Amino acid sequence: MSNAVAAEKPASTLQGATLPTWSPYAIAGGSIVLAVLIGLVGSLDSKVQWGLIAAILFVIGTYVVAARIEGTRQAKDRIATSLVWVAFLLAVVPLVSLLWTTISRGVKVLDVYFLTHSMGVVGDTEPGGGIYHAIIGSLEQVGLATVIGAPIGVLTAIYLVEYGSGALSKAVTFFVDVMTGIPSIVAGLFILSLMLMWDMQPFGFAGSCALAILMMPVVVRSTEEMLKLVPNELREASLALGIPKWRTILKVVLPTAIGGITTGIMLSVARIAGETAPVLLLVFGNPFINNDPFHGAQASLPLYIYQQFAQSAGSGAAYDRAWAASLTLIAFVMILNLVARGIARWKAPKTGR
Amino acid sequence: MSKRIDVSGLTAYYGSHKAIEDISMTVEPRSVTAFIGPSGCGKSTFLRTLNRMHEVTTGGRVEGKVLLDDEDLYGHGIDPVSVRREIGMVFQRPNPFPTMSIFDNVAAGLRLAGSYKKSELSDVVEKSLKGANLWNEVKDRLNKPGSGLSGGQQQRLCIARAIAVEPKVLLMDEPCSALDPISTLAIEDLIGELKERFTIVIVTHNMQQAARVSDRTAFFNLAAVGQPGRLIEIDDTERIFSNPSVQATEDYISGRFG
Amino acid sequence: MDISTKNPEEAPPPTPEPAAAQKPAARGATRPGDRIFLGLSRGSGILLLVIMAAIAVFLTYRASLAISKDHANFLTTFEWNTGLVPPKFGIAVLAFGTVVSSIIAMVIAVPIAVAIALFTTHYAPRKLRGPVSYVIDLLAAVPSIVYGLWGALILVPHMVGLFGWLNDYFGWTGIFSWDQGAPRSMLTVGVLLAIMILPIITNVSREVFRQAPQMIEEAALALGATRWEVIRMAVIPFGRSGVISASMLGLGRALGETMAVATVLSPDFIIHASLLNPGGGTFAQNIASKFSEATPDGRDALIASGLVLFVITLLVNGAARLIIARRAEYSGANA
Repeated sequence: MSNAVAAEKPASTLQGATLPTWSPYAIAGGSIVLAVLIGLVGSLDSKVQWGLIAAILFVIGTYVVAARIEGTRQAKDRIATSLVWVAFLLAVVPLVSLLWTTISRGVKVLDVYFLTHSMGVVGDTEPGGGIYHAIIGSLEQVGLATVIGAPIGVLTAIYLVEYGSGALSKAVTFFVDVMTGIPSIVAGLFILSLMLMWDMQPFGFAGSCALAILMMPVVVRSTEEMLKLVPNELREASLALGIPKWRTILKVVLPTAIGGITTGIMLSVARIAGETAPVLLLVFGNPFINNDPFHGAQASLPLYIYQQFAQSAGSGAAYDRAWAASLTLIAFVMILNLVARGIARWKAPKTGR
Repeated sequence: MSKRIDVSGLTAYYGSHKAIEDISMTVEPRSVTAFIGPSGCGKSTFLRTLNRMHEVTTGGRVEGKVLLDDEDLYGHGIDPVSVRREIGMVFQRPNPFPTMSIFDNVAAGLRLAGSYKKSELSDVVEKSLKGANLWNEVKDRLNKPGSGLSGGQQQRLCIARAIAVEPKVLLMDEPCSALDPISTLAIEDLIGELKERFTIVIVTHNMQQAARVSDRTAFFNLAAVGQPGRLIEIDDTERIFSNPSVQATEDYISGRFG
Repeated sequence: MDISTKNPEEAPPPTPEPAAAQKPAARGATRPGDRIFLGLSRGSGILLLVIMAAIAVFLTYRASLAISKDHANFLTTFEWNTGLVPPKFGIAVLAFGTVVSSIIAMVIAVPIAVAIALFTTHYAPRKLRGPVSYVIDLLAAVPSIVYGLWGALILVPHMVGLFGWLNDYFGWTGIFSWDQGAPRSMLTVGVLLAIMILPIITNVSREVFRQAPQMIEEAALALGATRWEVIRMAVIPFGRSGVISASMLGLGRALGETMAVATVLSPDFIIHASLLNPGGGTFAQNIASKFSEATPDGRDALIASGLVLFVITLLVNGAARLIIARRAEYSGANA
C-alpha cells in the first residue's frame, strides 16, 4: 500500500490483499463454536453469557485476522463494522424478547370476554374478570388530556413560528424544552399538590390534567417542526392576495402542515396512553366501571397492569391478566403509531419533504 | 506518473434504471479530456464510474471494464478504497471538511494513509497548495477553517487536497459551475498546469470551457428522456469543435438543441 | 429557523427597538380576527409558562410543609419514616440510587445506541435500513410498565449468571461483590433503564447522522477513506452535538422512570457499595411504592422528594442546552 511499493510494481497498487467475502461468516461461526465450548467447559448457565463471549471473540478475531492480512486501516474498518453489527444484534435480543414475551403470555387470557368485563366481582387471585373498566378509564383520561393538550400545544407552536420574536417567544421556547424533560411522576405530584390544597379525592380528570402537561411540549415541538417546513412563499402568496394573517394561517399554513401535525399529536397520545405514574397518584384505580371521569376513582390500562402485577407475586390469574392487559396496551399504542406514520407518509409530498 | 484509462463496454445502473450504456473510450495520460453533452446524458455518472464512486449511491451498479494501465478497476480482488487513492476527484460544489483547518484539509488524505513523516507533511501541504495556486492567498492562515475561504478558493483547496495524495488521475465534475467567472478562470489556468502531472478528466456544461482547457472532447447524448446515455463521439477537441463527424455533435455545439 | 414569517407591512425595521420587537404582529393586527387569533396563540404560550411556574411554586410550597415537620436532615438521612412521631425522612439514598442507576444506563445505552444509529444510516444492507428504523421507532413507544413486567420476569433471572461472573472476577473491587441475593439491584435497574432509553437515543442520533452532508462524505471517499474513516471524518463531527442532546433526552427519561424501577428493584433504605446487592431506591420508584400507604404528611414528604427530582432534571436539561449551544457556536465558527 505504501508509495514505495507503488513505484516498483504499479500493478499491485489497486489490489490490496482482501479477505474473501465469506471470512466474516467463518469468523462468526468459529467464535460461536468456541463460545459454546467455553460455556460448556466453564459450565456457564446463562445463554446470554455465551452470546457475549461469542461477540467478544468475533470482534477480536476479526481484528487479528484483518490486521494480519489487510493492514491496520482495513482492520480498523472491519472492527468498526463488526462492533456496529454486534451492537445491533445485542440490542435486538432484549427487544425481541420483550415483544415475544408480551405476545406469548398475553394471548393466554385475552379474548372478547376479557375486553368486555370489569373486575367488579372478581377477587384478585380468582381467574376471570377483564379490562373493560380500564379501557373506559384510559380512553376518557387520554381523550380529555388530548382535548386540553393538543390545542394548547398547536396554538403555542403557531405563536412561536408565525408570530414569535422577542423575549416572550424565547422564554416559551426555552421552557418547552425544559418541560419536555419533566418526569411523568413530577407532573402527577404537581396535580396532586393542587388536589391537596382543595382536599379533593382522586378522579379521572385529575389524571387527564397531568397527562396533558406531559403532552403539550411534545405537541409544540413536532408542530413547530412541521410549520417550519411550510415554504414561506406560500404565506407571502396568500398575504399578497390581501388575505388577513389569521386566515392565511388557518387556510394556507395549517392545511399544508396538517398531516405532520396529526402525526405528532397521535404519537404524543401513544406516549401518554402508556403512562402509569401520574395515573397511580391521581386516578387511584377502581375495580368497578366508572363512566364519569369527573367524579370518583377510575381505572386505566397501565395502572391496571401495575396493580394486577403487584397483587400477583409473579404467577396466577392476576399475573396472566397483567400480561393480557399489557398486550392490549401495546397493541393500542402500536396501532396508533402505525396509523400516525401512515398519515405522515401519505401526506408527506405536501409538506415538501 | 499519470496513467491511461481504457473503458470498454461500460454500462451503469441506478437500481433497475440504466443510466449509461455500452461506453468505450480511451483517456490518454498527461492530457485533459472533457465530457460534454446535455443535462441527464450520464456524463457525471460515467465520470463517477471511473473511480468507483458510482456504487456509493443507492442502487448504483456497473457492468463492463475500466482499465487503468491494463488493470481492471472492477476486477476481482480490487479494493475500491485503493482505486480512489489512485484516481482523485473534485466535485461540482466545493466541499472542504468544515471541521478542519486549511492545513488539515490538505493533509487529510495523507493522514488517512498513515504513510507520511511528520516533517514531510508540511512540505507536501505547501507543495499541494502551490500546485493549486492557492499558497500565496492562504499561507498566513493555514490554521483557519477551510470553509472561511471564498467559493473559488475553496474549490482550489479541494483540488490541493486531491493532488496531495499524488493520484494518477484527477476527475473533475463540473468544478466551475458554482463559481464566478474570475474564479473559473483561475481554475482553468490551474487545469492547464496540472495536466503536466496528472491525467485529467473534466465534465463541463460550458462548451467554451471545454474548448479552452481540453485536448480531447467526448460528446454524450441520450436518445430520449428515460433512455440511457451514450457516447456519441470522442476526438481531438479542435476537430470536435470545427468539424465533428457526427451530425448530433454539430447540432449540439452550434446550439441547435440541448 | 431562517423562515421569516412576517409579511412586508408587518416587518419590523432592521434594528427594532426592544418594545417594538416584542409585538411586531400586534401593530399589524388591526382586524378583530387577527387580534383574537394572536391573543389565543400567545395566550397558549403564556399558559405554558404559567404551568411551569405553578409546578415550581406548588411543589415548593408542599415540600416546605413537609420539610418543616421533618425531624431529620432532609438531605443526608438514610431513612424514610413519615409515619413516625416525629417523622424522620431524607433523600440521600434516593438521590444516590437515581444518579447511579441513570449513570449505569447511560454508560451502557449511549455507545450501543450510537452504533445502532450508524448501523441504520451507514452499515445495514439498504433493504434492511427502513424496517430496522421503523421497528426501533415502535419500540420507543412501548409503555414503561411493560418493560417493568418484562424486566421482572425475564431480565432478573438472566442477570444471575452475569452477577456470578462479575463477583468471581471483579468482586474484589467491592463494587461488584455479590451476596447471592435476588439480582434485583441497582445494576439490574441500570440495565433495564438502558434497554428502555436505547430506542429514543437511537432515533434522535439517527436523524442527526442522516443529516450529515453527503458532499463531505463523498469528499472523504474520493480521498480513499474506508467506511469507518468516512464516518470519523464526515459523520461524527456533524453528529456530536445531536448525540449529546439525544443522550440528555435519554438521561431525563432514566432519571424520572418510575414503574420499570418499581417492578424490578427490591427497595431498601441503604446505600450498598456493591451494585449487585439488592437495596437502594430512586425518587420516582419511592414515590410510586410509598404513595398508597402514605399519610397526608407522608404525601407532602413524597412531594418534597419529587421537587428534588424536578430540580435535578431541570439541571440536566439546562446543562444539555448549554453544551449544545456551545457546540453550535464552535461549529458555527468553523462553518
